[in-house]
Amino acid sequence: MKNRFLLSTCLVMASLLSFTSASAKELRMAYDADPVTLDIHEQLSGGILQLSHMSFDPLIRWTKELSFQPRLAISWQRINVSTVRFSLRKGVKFHSGNMMTAQDFKWTFNRLKQSPDFKGIFANFETLNVVDDYTIDLVTTGPYPLVLHTATYIFPLDSKFYTGTDANGRDKGAIVKNGASFASTNLSGTGPFKVASREQGIKVVFERFADYWDTSTPGNVDRIVLTPIKDEQTRVAALLSGDVDFIAPVSPNDFNQIRASSDAELITMPGTRIITFQMNQNRREELKDQRVRMAIVHAVNNEAIVKKIMKDFATTAAQMSPPGYLGHNPNLKPRYDLALAKQLMKDAGYEDGFSITMMAPNNRYVNDDKIAQAVATMLSKINIAVDLQTMPKAQYWPAFDDRAADIMMIGWHSDTEDSANFYEFLAMTPDQSSGMGAYNSGNYSSDYVDKKTVMANQETDVANRATMLQAIENKLFQDAAFIPLHWQNLAWAARKGVDLDPIVNAQNLPYLGDLVIR
Amino acid sequence: MIQFLLKRVFQAALVMLIISLFCFSIQDTLGDPTREMAAMSMSDAERENLRDELGLNDPLMMQYGRFLSKALQGDLGTSYFFKEPTLDVILKKMPATLELAFAASILIFTISIPMGVFCAIKPRHWFSRLTMAVSVIGISIPVFLTALAMIYIFSVTLGWMPSFGRGEVVQVWGYWSTNFLSRDGFAHIVMPAIALSSIMLPLFIRLVRAEMLEVLSSEYVKFARAKGLSNLPVYLKHALKNTMLPVITVGGVQIGIMVAYTILTESVFQWPGMGFMFLEAVNRSDIPLITAYIMFVGFLFVVVNTLVDLLYGFINPMVDLVGRRQ
Repeated sequence: MKNRFLLSTCLVMASLLSFTSASAKELRMAYDADPVTLDIHEQLSGGILQLSHMSFDPLIRWTKELSFQPRLAISWQRINVSTVRFSLRKGVKFHSGNMMTAQDFKWTFNRLKQSPDFKGIFANFETLNVVDDYTIDLVTTGPYPLVLHTATYIFPLDSKFYTGTDANGRDKGAIVKNGASFASTNLSGTGPFKVASREQGIKVVFERFADYWDTSTPGNVDRIVLTPIKDEQTRVAALLSGDVDFIAPVSPNDFNQIRASSDAELITMPGTRIITFQMNQNRREELKDQRVRMAIVHAVNNEAIVKKIMKDFATTAAQMSPPGYLGHNPNLKPRYDLALAKQLMKDAGYEDGFSITMMAPNNRYVNDDKIAQAVATMLSKINIAVDLQTMPKAQYWPAFDDRAADIMMIGWHSDTEDSANFYEFLAMTPDQSSGMGAYNSGNYSSDYVDKKTVMANQETDVANRATMLQAIENKLFQDAAFIPLHWQNLAWAARKGVDLDPIVNAQNLPYLGDLVIR
Repeated sequence: MIQFLLKRVFQAALVMLIISLFCFSIQDTLGDPTREMAAMSMSDAERENLRDELGLNDPLMMQYGRFLSKALQGDLGTSYFFKEPTLDVILKKMPATLELAFAASILIFTISIPMGVFCAIKPRHWFSRLTMAVSVIGISIPVFLTALAMIYIFSVTLGWMPSFGRGEVVQVWGYWSTNFLSRDGFAHIVMPAIALSSIMLPLFIRLVRAEMLEVLSSEYVKFARAKGLSNLPVYLKHALKNTMLPVITVGGVQIGIMVAYTILTESVFQWPGMGFMFLEAVNRSDIPLITAYIMFVGFLFVVVNTLVDLLYGFINPMVDLVGRRQ
């Protein structure tokens, strides 16, 4: 009798144990880097935004189809030409236990305006007004079409947690880039995961926040161990050997190996980062001639580059705006035509060609140095002799700032997921005081593009705005303002059973709070 | 003796001074650290502010003076990435590298000595010929290739070995946590240690063999044999002991080199040691960390050389450390 009792107790215990171990899911993920700081306003980068989505929540967020999904805001409406009103979710708790209110948004907004990295994105925003505890107004300096786009960057910080002074008497809320601070080593957000431990460069352990507001999420991951693995081959090996469950980024060179594995799965989707070359009209008289630029654009077979070098892991581009952006102009097609290119060179009086210098990074974009070599070879077909130099990004950016070559590579991802951002940084006339054209190394200058971009950023009617942005895209196309190559695709790989597909997006910020592991 | 050590301390200081001056003079080619610390879209004005804050806009000599005065107080700057004093970062990463180098050295010594001795005693044996042939290949295969091949065979295909990192380490003292006290930790260090030893091992087999061959043809070995001693005591007592003198000398220097050059092994295995840290620092233009690490390695070389010299002096009393007596 006694034995039977013991046995049944054991059985109950065992079933309980197996139940808890079945429901506690751990995700071991390997990225190429871990977040450099826990202060999400210290640096605007992919790693920090990934952390933001894990430990914080935004007002609204992007869906896979590039529409907006309510998160901490439950609804919003434009109440006048320069104001959008957001109603906030009630009963949301921070990791510290404090309740989230509109005051936290006010505090966060003011901090964003102070952040060297984020203040640019919020330049058109005047203030955030608290209407009541659960209602806020975002006020722009004028009519501004990108209020919702920008609201995806508002992740409220726990204002009570970050207010006051730390052990060294320094302000807890200070944004410090050079050296450690309270905010860079402590964190309290509303997000699905708390930071349990962190060893920089070795691993970060996240644990599910028990009081997370979103109880309807299917997400069942309780613990995440994020390990940085810099070497891409080691990263793939770690996945294939079962040491980790989820890796990103994945190089196209490793696709076949992952596809061949029965334990792993590859997820890809089109991305929105454009890769281009810019032709410097300040350095070279020849490049001022629209026909020469046009000849160069026609000589570059970017479809072949996508096929051969990128192994179809990119989308051939003829413009800056990827499909899905307002400015994407469906009439603009890739235009490789060697005969026409030669004719254009002849018309411009450069039948015998000339020599130019070209620079590209070799560790910044996917296959960047190989792409540059291919373009250099293609240009030799129209008698342009290219002196190509590739270098690590650490050396490339200072060279880019110096405009050190006649043709330079630049890739760009629009922070706002909107076309105008491309024009502001890559196509508008460089202007120190306004900060426009900061990455326009070609010094392309068009009054039409400058004016139209500014106008488009004051146009709140979506249809009108789309027409304007597409017109700009067409103008850049006709002027051969730059050499378009492709939009890089995105890839992630995971162990079978890790259901990545529903949570990935074009921003390359998988929503891990909603991840289901079977 | 004291004179010798003082001289070496002075030399170490000089080496570090020269290295730091060199690092500062090439600072501009190391890249712009603000690029790694801020968003692409950050405005030029903000970037200039950040450069001002970091002191990068001051004249080079002024930056160097500031660095030196701090260095004299034991502060070698703060890493841009780790946001900690560079010396702390290096000391935290050091145990991982030292353990890796230690494991590799154990492998090298326990394998190279018996194999080298065997190859010297039985030069025509098929095993000796095979060893010599394989060791030529071993020297010429780059470490990262050996490492990747091992990962694919033992981790991905067979699934026997963990593919990266240090695994579960056991905290020993201060920054030192060890791989040698847990099963998981031990499993993690095996492949990196083999990969790291793969270049030095053939070198040592050849060294032991050559030295042993030389000793075997010496007069005292011939005499020992003539005395009627059997083979084994001659090999182990007379020959091997004398073979070890130059092997220890070379070994000491090579271990110093190994510690400094674990970079490749560490980056393939994502081993969180100093070599990997240095490679990353170069990628990130983390100038204070680059400078401090190179200075640290310079210091390490002086220390290792000093130890080897001392050791040599003890083993061979004819060596004059100060170089005064003639």
